[in-house]
Amino acid sequence: MNLFADALTWLGDPSHWSGRTGIAQRAAQHLGVTAGALAIAATLALPTGILVGHTRRGRSLVVAISGAARAVPTLGLLTLAALALGIGLQAPVLALVVLAVPSLLAGAYAGVESVDPVTVDAARAVGMSEFQIITRVELPLAAPVVVGGLRAATLQVVATATLAAYVSDTGLGRYLFTGLRSRDYPQMLAGALLVAALALLLEAVLARLQQLATRATTSTPRHGAPARLAASLEGHA
Amino acid sequence: MTWLLLNWPQALQLAWTHVLLSVPAITISVLVAVPLGRLAHRYPRPGGALLSAASLLYAIPSLPLLIIIPVVLGIPLRSSATMVVALSVYGVALLVRSAADAFGAVDARVRLAATAIGFSPWALFWRVELPLATPVLLAGVRVVVVSTVGLATIGALVGIPSLGSLFTDGFQRGIAGEVITGIVATVALALALDGACALTGRALTPWTRSARSEHAGRHTGPVAA
Repeated sequence: MNLFADALTWLGDPSHWSGRTGIAQRAAQHLGVTAGALAIAATLALPTGILVGHTRRGRSLVVAISGAARAVPTLGLLTLAALALGIGLQAPVLALVVLAVPSLLAGAYAGVESVDPVTVDAARAVGMSEFQIITRVELPLAAPVVVGGLRAATLQVVATATLAAYVSDTGLGRYLFTGLRSRDYPQMLAGALLVAALALLLEAVLARLQQLATRATTSTPRHGAPARLAASLEGHA
Repeated sequence: MTWLLLNWPQALQLAWTHVLLSVPAITISVLVAVPLGRLAHRYPRPGGALLSAASLLYAIPSLPLLIIIPVVLGIPLRSSATMVVALSVYGVALLVRSAADAFGAVDARVRLAATAIGFSPWALFWRVELPLATPVLLAGVRVVVVSTVGLATIGALVGIPSLGSLFTDGFQRGIAGEVITGIVATVALALALDGACALTGRALTPWTRSARSEHAGRHTGPVAA
């Protein structure tokens, strides 16, 4: 337990917070890599998922692809990509995108698919175009599940962004690997606590966001299904 | 491929080590999460808090957890016990919600009927609720199996041997074949254990199969049959 006190002392030292390798800078890098990977993954996964959910076609293919992607160990993908692309940010971002796609995809298609077909038909009957149906009916109703997918993906990515430090000089993971190499346990533990705190903070923010999205769509108890589906999407592979 | 041909005894050894990390962790997860899930279903108020705590636990990144666990438990960092504990923590966090859902999916009328014909709470759990919860439970266990096998590779970063050692070693020495072998072996191991789980599940729930093949509709368990 003495180690915890040492780690807190390490964290309390102001010289560890500023500068190019300071905690503030590292945390910003960590969040930057996370946001970048999520943005790329969302650009790929959300339109695909929404299309699959809207047309109800290609579902089994999507399930098979995300299942396979989930089974691939991220560390393996990361090291392989680093060998191919060299040291730097490309390899971690690529590995994190592969990690984030299944959750985002699942959230998008499950959310859109869960919209009552009667509602969609009603929208069609009043003369909405397919594009209007997607943007004005299906997406608003699917929001809690889609945000649930985003929440799961974000957690996975922010946690795994720690590994980026293994192949590049980025993120809070750096403290873990530096501490590990020099057997500096307080620094290692401090890094571990920082990553855990950042992940829990993001989790709290996203849980709140999901709550807001759920409240916006569930004005009546009849629509309990999306919330439950959203809850079932939590967790990561 | 060449790497594998020259080094297959080492790869096989690491695969076995990997199994020895994953299987105990999966077993512990099931043994802990199923009773907890049952309690969470029975007592929704503390149960809800328990489920939220579990999902928070799951939010803790794996590499930091591997460093925190030895400090808290006072065990060596590079021991397989550290890895088994970490994997069990994630397994329980993942499984407790599906366990609660699984018991929630048991028809309340079946429970009442069993109580009415004289099942004790203990017998009710073992002979009615647990069998009926098995299909949903099994789906949860299969997710845990795949994620546990994948996560066990992270241990290589702190020096706990597993198939993940092929990633770190291959990366440091620049042998892509070694890393690819590691990825393929990890995925194959995950699929093999997942398949074993699915087969065990089929053997444990023969009624779901017969109901499907006879198109008998919604007979969901031995009590209904």
